[in-house]
Amino acid sequence: MKPLIPFVLVAASATAVAGTPVQILDAYANAVGAAYQVSAQRGAEFYARKFGVSAKMDSCATCHTGKPTQAGEHVITGKPIKPLAPAANADRFSDPAKVEKWFKRNCTEVVGRECSAGEKADFIAFVSGGL
Amino acid sequence: MKRTILCLGLAAASASALADRLPIPADAPPAFKAECGSCHLPFPPALLAADDWRRVMGGLDKHYGDNASLDEKSRRQIEEFLARHAGSDRRVTRPDIKPGELPRLTLTHWFRKKHDEVPAAAWKDKAVGSAANCAACHTKAEQGSFREREIRMPGNIGGRRHDRD
Repeated sequence: MKPLIPFVLVAASATAVAGTPVQILDAYANAVGAAYQVSAQRGAEFYARKFGVSAKMDSCATCHTGKPTQAGEHVITGKPIKPLAPAANADRFSDPAKVEKWFKRNCTEVVGRECSAGEKADFIAFVSGGL
Repeated sequence: MKRTILCLGLAAASASALADRLPIPADAPPAFKAECGSCHLPFPPALLAADDWRRVMGGLDKHYGDNASLDEKSRRQIEEFLARHAGSDRRVTRPDIKPGELPRLTLTHWFRKKHDEVPAAAWKDKAVGSAANCAACHTKAEQGSFREREIRMPGNIGGRRHDRD
């Protein structure tokens, strides 16, 4: 069986750029620890929370609307934003690098710090409709 | 003499380039449209001077009220592209900003003059939201076309014609 391991590793690294919401969520949850209980409810609360950090971007919902299945709008530029929910927009949470880039940007601006792996897992669970 | 004629020719070319066709130069790195274009229209590089673009690209973590941080490779590619095609016309090289503020292409003499007939109500319209929202009125802005006949004001404020070509 041992010779199989390198093959599996190669396959895993080849698919590293693609992903599904479940895979990306799992990677964040695993980064916290095997015992982490992902909570879509905590994700919902986080999504709606007004952080009071950014002058115009007070919460995720400010630009993404109260419902992640709806199209939003950039609160400063007015540019339309496609829905965050994979159910409404299949491109969402399919590229781990892109997901990480946007978490970094938006958490820093809205939350005032980078988000934890647990917060990211909960967030994806919520916007994906409670995976 | 030759040099004078050449200079005049270039001046004329740059003046007409600042008219109604502002296509994104073909050598734009993919990151330009993907990154800049994810929050706003990827603005034509000719609308700000090279030094101003460098200041914008040097402070992406505080980008007009948003965090627009990029990986260094993309940041540098975009900055070099913007500087390469930046405006040299005096009308775009002196935005009217306070010391310490980031330059804004919507505060250049050229932009103001071009939009001086736009009624205040149009700027405040919910569908516009920001002077940086070119596509709110310029229906072909995404294609780099800003011709007068393509302008549609939100709610038809002040009719549809406001721009002078």
